[in-house]
Amino acid sequence: MAASSLAAALRSKIELDLRGRVLSPFNYRDRNIFEIVSTGIPEIDAAVGGLPRGAMTEICGPPCSGRTSLLLSALAARTADGEACALVDARDSFDPHQASTAGVALNQLLWVRCQNADQALRATDLLIQGGGFGLVAVDLSDIAPKIVRYVPLNAWFRFRRAVEDTPTILMVVEQEANAKTCASLVLRLKAQPAEWKEAVAPQGPVRDLRDLVKYSFARLLKGFEISADVVRSRVQCANDWPSTNENVANEFGSKRTPDRAGVFEAVAM
Amino acid sequence: MAFACIHIPDFMLQSLVRSEPALRGSALVLLNGKPPLWSVVAANTAALQAGVQLGMTKSQVTEFCNVEIRHRSEAQEKAAHAALLDVAWSVSPRVEDTAADTIVLDLKGLASLFGADENIARELAQRASRIGVIPHVAVASNIEAAVLAARGFAGITIIPAGEECARLGGLPIRTLSTDVEVLETLERWGVHCLRELAALPVLQLSERLGQNGVQLHELARGARVRSLVLAEVSLHFAEELELEDSVEELEPLSFLLGRLLDQLCARLEARALAVRAIHIRFELEPSFEKDVQALKDESRKKNAPKEYTKVLTLPVPMRDSKVLLKLVRLSLQSDPPKSPIQKIVMAVDAAPPRVAQSDLFAPKGPDPEKLELTIARLAKLVGETNVGVAELLDTHRAENFRMARWTGSANSPQKKTSKNRKKNAVLRDDAKSLETRRVASGFRVMRPVIAARVEIGEARPVRVCFAGMQGDVVAASGPWRSSGEWWQEDGWDQDEWDLAIDFGSRGCLREKDANAWPQYGVYRIYYDAPRRNWFVRGFYD
Repeated sequence: MAASSLAAALRSKIELDLRGRVLSPFNYRDRNIFEIVSTGIPEIDAAVGGLPRGAMTEICGPPCSGRTSLLLSALAARTADGEACALVDARDSFDPHQASTAGVALNQLLWVRCQNADQALRATDLLIQGGGFGLVAVDLSDIAPKIVRYVPLNAWFRFRRAVEDTPTILMVVEQEANAKTCASLVLRLKAQPAEWKEAVAPQGPVRDLRDLVKYSFARLLKGFEISADVVRSRVQCANDWPSTNENVANEFGSKRTPDRAGVFEAVAM
Repeated sequence: MAFACIHIPDFMLQSLVRSEPALRGSALVLLNGKPPLWSVVAANTAALQAGVQLGMTKSQVTEFCNVEIRHRSEAQEKAAHAALLDVAWSVSPRVEDTAADTIVLDLKGLASLFGADENIARELAQRASRIGVIPHVAVASNIEAAVLAARGFAGITIIPAGEECARLGGLPIRTLSTDVEVLETLERWGVHCLRELAALPVLQLSERLGQNGVQLHELARGARVRSLVLAEVSLHFAEELELEDSVEELEPLSFLLGRLLDQLCARLEARALAVRAIHIRFELEPSFEKDVQALKDESRKKNAPKEYTKVLTLPVPMRDSKVLLKLVRLSLQSDPPKSPIQKIVMAVDAAPPRVAQSDLFAPKGPDPEKLELTIARLAKLVGETNVGVAELLDTHRAENFRMARWTGSANSPQKKTSKNRKKNAVLRDDAKSLETRRVASGFRVMRPVIAARVEIGEARPVRVCFAGMQGDVVAASGPWRSSGEWWQEDGWDQDEWDLAIDFGSRGCLREKDANAWPQYGVYRIYYDAPRRNWFVRGFYD
């Protein structure tokens, strides 16, 4: 009896001390339930549900692995829904023409052209604190991994805390996953060798074109097959997500073998 | 029919206090004239009690302790008068600009909006106090009675119709605005108040003072009737501040700018308008760091004032003075004036405020005012030309875009246009034959482009070396010839290739570049004919 009254007194004292800072300190709040939106690629959506709002998603992979294709697809999907998006381009390597071809509404995309990682992180902080964006993409792809590795962990925590309870998706594109547990979803991409569309000799009496196909470079770049592996996912959908890989959804560890999340093809346009 | 009059007593002093609120409550003296012949033209009650008299020279005034001495500023008086007009227009559309310190309003039809005359007078007093002045407000059945009551009585005065003579009778004869000689004549007759003037017979008064005497008699009785001379509505909003000591640093400057913005926003609020653009002009004094030659050049220009101007255009009209001050500060931080500031002139372009009626089904976007502040901060961080939206240009040039300002206008879901439908249909048709779904591949641009060394074999690139890496070309597609604008200096003539390069077989030339590039990738490389060199434009990702 005495113990319970002591516990009650302690509880009321803690609640009193935290009044104004924490709403209900003893109520458990599940932070892994997010609203999920589409990445624009059904294979990825089927495997991981999509991109979680109010959380950080890391897309990692070496150069030429399809990271930009996934980024453009996500931007296209968000801008098509009328959301304002922001792209923090750490090395000024965004191609607006290709983005427009991929379906990105450029007038709804705020493009911040940075020169280094420091600028990019500061710009990201400003954008997240400003709020109101549906997707804030941070493109650190062209920054050397050893530089991104030196980004202090509290910076990632700060970003995660800033987007928490907001409708903003924070997507970080880089070569290696660095945000550790701050990222709610980590995907690693890998591309297969490029596919080419060979020139075919035309039927009929056109002799010159037939001569042309003897050259090996008379062809077109067709595209790449890109596979995405789930490195970490702590996303539980708020809506009824038909989870195709439930084991992935409940996985919190980072040392597990990556699951093959989905395969899609990026075509050169 | 009723008229209201707003009168600002000690207008010169009040317009100064409006610009420097810290002076309110202290003994204040205003000097005017050409240096060194400055003399006192206005002094408040505290200064008069301290012993200051009108007409004293500056050297005499400086003998008094705790008396603040300022110079008269016509610009500040002009701004205070404009602000007073804004207050009047915020209540009634029929306004007369009677004098610099006096405004008359027609109150006809305002009862349905504000209620009784007392309420209107109280509202006028409140709105005037919001712009930083303490007014006298009077309401009477005719214009002249209202003006006399406002000049003679402090606070709010309501004179019912028919009681003008009785109420105005106690006012001194000096309240009438007429020639000093006439007033002195009346005083010599023993007439000291309006009641005594009203008691004089009109006929005899007209015999001695002429038509002027009759008019003064009517005024004293509160019976003079005239029609309102309407003032022309102005949309010019400007405030000026002449500084006693020049300001060099941004921190003290921002206090002054904040004060001006507060005044402008209060005026705009009175007119139900918002700021569309801010024009800032600083008059600068010559910097001490200038060399002798520059000073000589300056002296040749015959006192040509050095100016610094800045225009801040806002994407949406806004009226929050704090947000506006932050934007101005960020703008000045990125491009500060080079010399100390002597005078600040701030004008705004007014526009109707933004109507916040968002779409029911469209997602909520960033708040325009907050976003503008964020963009200004980003511009300070990465440069003004590096933030915005990309606008594609109608050209075949490689970098076919320009940076434009974020407007945030488009906030509705994209409509499925025929072009989009066609594109999606093509993608779906291609995808039907495959197990996998197709998306547009990403392309990363290298800015600036990297020079490359390319070996040619069998009319195609076979080996490429750039950025300390060299690799064999596994597959090639090209050349895709592109040229244009040959008539201009920056015309282009290029042969583009899409090359699948395998770096694994040959590796990197430098140790530090070992992890910079992947083993295999598809790059876009072009031969620039005018420069006769190969460059790497980017790679597929």
